[in-house]
Formats: sequence, structure tokens, C-alpha cells
Amino acid sequence: MPWDRNQMAARAAQELEDGMYVNLGIGIPTLVANYVGDKDITLQSENGMLGMGPFPFEGEEDADLINAGKQTITELSRTSYFDSATSFAMIRGGKIAAAVLGAMEVDEEGDLANWMIPGVLVKGMGGAMDLVAGVRRVIVVMDHTNKHGKSKLLKKCTLPLTGKKVVNRIITNLGVLDVVDGGLKIIEIAEGVNEDEIRAATEANIVN
Amino acid sequence: MKKVYANASEALDGAISDGMTIAAGGFGLCGIPELLLEAIKDSGAQDLTFASNNAGIDDFGIGILLQTKQVKKMISSYVGENAEFMRQYLSGELELEFNPQGTLAERMRAGGAGIPGFYTKTGVGTVIAEGKEHKDFNGETYILEEGIFADLAIVKAWKADDTGNLIFRKTARNFNVPAATCGKICIAEVEEIVPRGSLDPDAIHLPGIYVHRIIQGKHEKRIEQRTTRKKEEA
Repeated sequence: MPWDRNQMAARAAQELEDGMYVNLGIGIPTLVANYVGDKDITLQSENGMLGMGPFPFEGEEDADLINAGKQTITELSRTSYFDSATSFAMIRGGKIAAAVLGAMEVDEEGDLANWMIPGVLVKGMGGAMDLVAGVRRVIVVMDHTNKHGKSKLLKKCTLPLTGKKVVNRIITNLGVLDVVDGGLKIIEIAEGVNEDEIRAATEANIVN
Repeated sequence: MKKVYANASEALDGAISDGMTIAAGGFGLCGIPELLLEAIKDSGAQDLTFASNNAGIDDFGIGILLQTKQVKKMISSYVGENAEFMRQYLSGELELEFNPQGTLAERMRAGGAGIPGFYTKTGVGTVIAEGKEHKDFNGETYILEEGIFADLAIVKAWKADDTGNLIFRKTARNFNVPAATCGKICIAEVEEIVPRGSLDPDAIHLPGIYVHRIIQGKHEKRIEQRTTRKKEEA
């Protein structure tokens, strides 16, 4: 059985180490916060906060306290606030240890596309280009194939890029792959999935 | 010199004209200068360029100036929540320059600091880099981005004293600080103006040197995505 959304998030949470400052993207990456357990992880929200807390209780929402997805959130005892230039200075300055992001396509060189489909309404890249260019380790969490069954792990991205040679590790519903010299390397296979299935679902070159 | 004005329209008097570039603070609907945007609408100023992370929603924030077709161009990182914006953009009425969010913030910061350009890795190898100078430092490629020098900056803060020292609240600080610094004139709207001496000098987020005019007003502070959890889950 391939991993479901929560299992993918739980696997991504294993990538995070005690003491890390981490930025989580929207979608499955957001769920990663539920699986960090006892690890001392500080979540960054790029609109200007370190130490992002859970959603507020009903009636305790604060219009001045939102995350990068514009959702109401809460602060923690460790929280600090800062302006957008400072926020992206810490991203560009390599202070954020890891970013966990969703993607539409990743290729064997580590190129990432996740912000624009030509011909479809473009909403903008937000902070994604800054994050992939500046954060020390970029972990992509996404389904291995798209809804038409086509591989999302390609030899070459076809969509406009968010960043070039930026992805370090890819966690999909089928397993975990690293971007290495010459292509992608299978690091782990989801329980109940076999290597042939991963290879069949991957267009990118797989190296041993 | 008197910085405190009675209301947003008075504060804009002599500070706004057609064709201006305006830097606006806020992220989504959080910390946006909602009173000044309303007053800019009333001023009737046309052909405005806004450097602002987002474009508001249809009936709030910069969205209200899109309804009245006062905006010629947006410099933004994300404009997803605004149907009128998309209509005008797709019909060619509205110009749009996408900036990565950090690039936009740094362009404002740089402009405010008198820095006309800076190199960044953000956007290298993407459409953002097209036509921009590339330069290698220590074996890595960077692109040149330019500082933003705005004619006017409009920001929202929590508290000000009458000398223009500002304090923001939680994540409503966001783009307000860099936007404030890059305007030739900066107008700040705040929830409360307090007497000088009542703000802790060590706790000022933006010194009054950057702020030329201040108004106090009542803010709606709309919430875009109200997300909550139930007490039982705690």
C-alpha cells in the first residue's frame, strides 16, 4: 500500500532534527507539524514569525496573527515577530535549516516547479522562490504521479521553474528519493510497494 | 513639526497625485492601511502603481481601487484572492510585475536604505531572471534586483507617538516596515496615538524619522481565513 497523506507527512517529520528552524509549505507539508513528537522544532512563517502555534480556539482568532496561508494561528512561549525583510533575510541568509514543500514537478537535477501552469490563472510565486534558493535543505512532499497517472519525477521539468538544482530529497506516496549526481537514488520504499513500481512510476533516471 | 492629522483624507492632501508609485504595507488583509486606501479611492488619483505583496480582495484593501480602475500596475508576489484583479489583468487593463516575496521586501528595504540594487540567488534559472544581470560570487550565480524608491508609502501600525515612532502588533508588522522606509513621504495609520514618552524607546519597531504623517482611526481588520480548533481537541 502506498503511503497516504498523513503517512507522507509523518515520514517527512523524520527528516527534522532537534533544534531545527523549519518552514512548512501549504498542503501535506502543513501536516508535518502533527508528527514532530518531542523534537524541539521551531516553525517559521515567512510573513514574519518564528514559533508558529496551532489554530486558535473558536472565538480567540486574532486578525493580527496569521500564517503565510493567511490562516489564523496562535503564538507560543518561544515566539518572535519581525518584518518581511527580516523574515526573508533569515531565509536568504541560510538560517532556516529545512523547507518542506509541495510540488507539481521535480526533475533529476533537482529543479522544482510548483508555482505556475501556463494557460492556467497565475496567482504568483509568493515566497517559494526565496525559500528554495535560500533554505539549507529542501524536502519535497508530493504524490509520485499526477491525476492522469503521469510521473511527477521527470528527466526535465516542463513547467516554469521555481528554482534550479534546489531539491535535496523527495518524499512521495511510494517512497523516498534523493537527488544525487546523475539522477535520483531510492532511499526508502513505502511498505507494500516494490522497487519495480517506483521505477515504473519514475521518468527521471534512477541511479543505484 | 506637526505629524498628526485629523483623518486619512487630510493626511493625503498634497501627498497624492496621478501616476504615483505607492508602496503599501500588509500581508493578505493583515496589517493593511485600510483607511488610507479608502481615502486614496476618494481622492480619485489615477494611474497608480502599487508595490504591495498582495492586491487585497474584491471589496477590501487595494481591491477597492481596482473596482474604480485607479490602479495601472501592481508589483506583487501573490494576487490569488481577487477576481476583479484577474479580470483586469487578463483583459490587459492592468499591468502586473511578479516579484518573489523576499525580493519585493528586500527591494523596498534597499530603496529605503539608499541602495539602488542588490544581488540575490532567488529566481536564478526562472522567468524572474530573464533580462536581469547575472553575476557569480564564490562559484554561485546571482541576479541583480533594483531597490524600490516610491513616491509615497502607506502603512498600518498598532501604536504611534506624536513624533511618528511606530509599534506594530504580531504578524501585522510584515511589509509595513520595509514599505514605510522606501517612500519619499510615509503616512502611517494607527489604532492609537499615544503621548511622547509613553512608548518604551527600546521597543520601537520603526523610528519616527521614516514617518511623516500619522492618523488614528478605527480599523475593521478583516480576517481572510478563519481557522480554529475545538476546545475538546486541546
